[in-house]
Amino acid sequence: MSDTHAQTAAFQASFVREEMVAASPPPARDRGVVKWLRENLFSSWLNVILTVLGLLAIWWIASHVFPWMLRGIWVADSLSECREIRNERYGEGVGAACWAVLTERWNQLMFGFYPQDLYWRPVAGVAFFVAALMPILFSRLPRWTLWFSAAAPFVAFWLIWGGTIWAPVVVAGGFALGALAYVALSNVNQIAATLAAIVVPVLFWLFAAGPLIGALQSAIPLAIEFVPSDDIGGFLLAVIIGFSAIILSLPLGILLALGRRSDLFIISKVSVAFIETIRGVPLIVWLFTASLLLNYFMPPGTNFDLMLRVIIMVTLFASAYIAEVVRGGLAALPKGQYEGADSLGLDYWQSMRLVILPQALKISIPGIVNTFIGLFKDTTLVVFIGLLDPIGLSNAIRATTAWNGIYWELFIFIGLLFFVCCFAMSRYSMYLERKLAREHR
Amino acid sequence: MTTIDHAGRGEGGFRLSQLLYDRRYRSLTIQAVAMILLVLLVVWLVDNTVTNLSRQGKDIDFGFLGTVAGYDINQTLIPYSSQDTHLRAAAVGILNTLLVAFLGCIAATIVGVLAGVARLSRNWLISGLMAVYVEGFRNVPLLLWIIVIFAVMSEGMPQPRAFRGDDPAASMLLGDSVAITNRGIYIPGVEFAAPLAGSTGWTWALILGAVLAGVLAARVVKKRADARQEATGERPVTWPLRLALILGPAIALLFVFGAGLNKPELAGFNFQGGIHMRNSLIALWFALTLYTGAFIAENVRAGILSVSKGQSEAAFALGLRPGRTMSLIILPQALRVIIPPLISQYLNLTKNSSLALAVGYMDVRSTLGGITINQTGRELEGMLLLGLFYLVTSLTISALLNVYNGSVKLKER
Repeated sequence: MSDTHAQTAAFQASFVREEMVAASPPPARDRGVVKWLRENLFSSWLNVILTVLGLLAIWWIASHVFPWMLRGIWVADSLSECREIRNERYGEGVGAACWAVLTERWNQLMFGFYPQDLYWRPVAGVAFFVAALMPILFSRLPRWTLWFSAAAPFVAFWLIWGGTIWAPVVVAGGFALGALAYVALSNVNQIAATLAAIVVPVLFWLFAAGPLIGALQSAIPLAIEFVPSDDIGGFLLAVIIGFSAIILSLPLGILLALGRRSDLFIISKVSVAFIETIRGVPLIVWLFTASLLLNYFMPPGTNFDLMLRVIIMVTLFASAYIAEVVRGGLAALPKGQYEGADSLGLDYWQSMRLVILPQALKISIPGIVNTFIGLFKDTTLVVFIGLLDPIGLSNAIRATTAWNGIYWELFIFIGLLFFVCCFAMSRYSMYLERKLAREHR
Repeated sequence: MTTIDHAGRGEGGFRLSQLLYDRRYRSLTIQAVAMILLVLLVVWLVDNTVTNLSRQGKDIDFGFLGTVAGYDINQTLIPYSSQDTHLRAAAVGILNTLLVAFLGCIAATIVGVLAGVARLSRNWLISGLMAVYVEGFRNVPLLLWIIVIFAVMSEGMPQPRAFRGDDPAASMLLGDSVAITNRGIYIPGVEFAAPLAGSTGWTWALILGAVLAGVLAARVVKKRADARQEATGERPVTWPLRLALILGPAIALLFVFGAGLNKPELAGFNFQGGIHMRNSLIALWFALTLYTGAFIAENVRAGILSVSKGQSEAAFALGLRPGRTMSLIILPQALRVIIPPLISQYLNLTKNSSLALAVGYMDVRSTLGGITINQTGRELEGMLLLGLFYLVTSLTISALLNVYNGSVKLKER
């Protein structure tokens, strides 16, 4: 080495580079926006054609939709008045949305025929309910807030339907009685305690609740105006049916899935029959069953609320689908998990609760949320049995002389309402999947 | 219960508490209790039904199926008039349900596969557009899409009279053969100058039979080519022969029976001739196609992504060309993942076709489960038959699915 150095020195070189040359930037076509464009939009002839076609499609849609939306007319009494205003402003035949139908009827689309001066009640009820769901959805919140979650159904019920406050309080008291009975007896005999936890509240609701509510109401009258179910409609109806059925169908679906995989012959066959029958028939047929036939199966003279019947039917329907999803999760667990739980000496319910279900439910999250999204969308089917959901109301609005012939504006509004809710649910499920992922971190 | 006593005594005395605390007997106890509760529930329901029916002076009788229906159906695949029986009306409805389900399944598969593949495209714009399509359709109720398309068709499209005159406001598409009007879409139909035994239906049946026979013959040719390749390593070129076997007889038959296109033409206030696809059918078909297609797209995407990259790399390393890699390595593995959810999407589509009610399409729910029930007052029987129809359809399809699943299941040790 030193030899060569000596030689170089001997040549009396006038210039020796001391530091590295900075790397020259990549060619213009290989960096920045141009590179991105080349790789993502124009990588081959086929892609060039597809990109051009895609751009044309977007341009065509955007050039029709956006001016139409932005020219929208917000204040008018009827579609013909809308058209007059449009002709004045933009000239005849120019596309302009008539958002006035929403300005005038948004309250119906949201609340149905709920009394106008009481709108704060469903808003407060749903808001409280959603807020109370947060401790369940996000485990970072302090655990004592779960008490709000437990109270939420009763508060929301009271706010939306109104009536005496003692009805929800006494019903909630039934649950408390059941819990008390369980705690009191669980030291004596486990089976008796479980039985008591079921029997005591049922007996209480059947025989004691009615008189107790009356007595409390006459002693301390606390009531707000009662709103019958018939007045509730619009998106509020979809939210009520959707939320109730979602919350009720999850535990029922898990029980059905456990039943279907059970070793007990009768239990498993009954679960299979139930699940397959429900899944084999469209929801619409079940809804008609609820509205036409349920009266045949109940004791003569029973006549309960149509909305309640619908909630029961939708719950049963969704629970069958959830059962299948959860069964998939249960089947996906390696057998070692079941055997491991058994070898720890856990009994059936303990092993399910502590070992099997947490893992199985984690696997089933996407499927469960998909079922929930489907259920929420399916609440629109209640229009066929005469409940006034947003689609039913939009049909009614389009049938009036003032708004006859309008459709895009209404459907965009309704579609957006559902899209926001369903999209939020699917994003939440992706968040939950990421949070619970235990492998490949 | 006698077996329990017997077994218990054998081990030195059976105590009643064993029924609850001994694992061997507890499962029997639980099942017995469940059985008793179930029987009680069923008895209670049946008793209520019988009481309610007798109160209203009704009975359970399926005789109404044989009586005259007395209502018209606007779309019939088999001959039907209002003087036919309720049973025939139900059959017309069933065929209409199957028609829209069949059309929907085919179109949804095409849309779904294209959209699923396009969503995996490396072209950012195309995959983005497909994501918008999929999310947009999956997150908005199907019923809304059906009503939107129906409203667009019936309120946004030109009236038939707009096609009239020297300078018409609307014109027909594809060389004056397709007319899109607010009363539906008119397309050309195939007409036979000399149909077999005077019946168009039998002619079609014969042509279909010829195609099926051609398919079978083509399979025989392919098998022999396969055998030849196994034996000699050389594959004879067979596709022209196979194509001719499948299409040849059918085309020949079309000529024999004098097939010709029957284009719709404006006559009076409406179009005559050709096939009239009503708005109800169009709305239902398109909405079911686009909605189910969005779900199928996701299944296809998941299926393709499920085949690991190593598989295609290994195939290339073996020297397989890209086409053979796709058909021999990727597709068989992807299809195993795609087909089961695909078939359950077909099932969903069939069940969702009951939303026909929203646009007045006369499917089985609207005939048997709608007008027939209203006219005869036989809710219980009508709903039972309707439920049975859907149940049998679903169980048949899922039975086929199980057979398929069994045949493609990974064969492990």
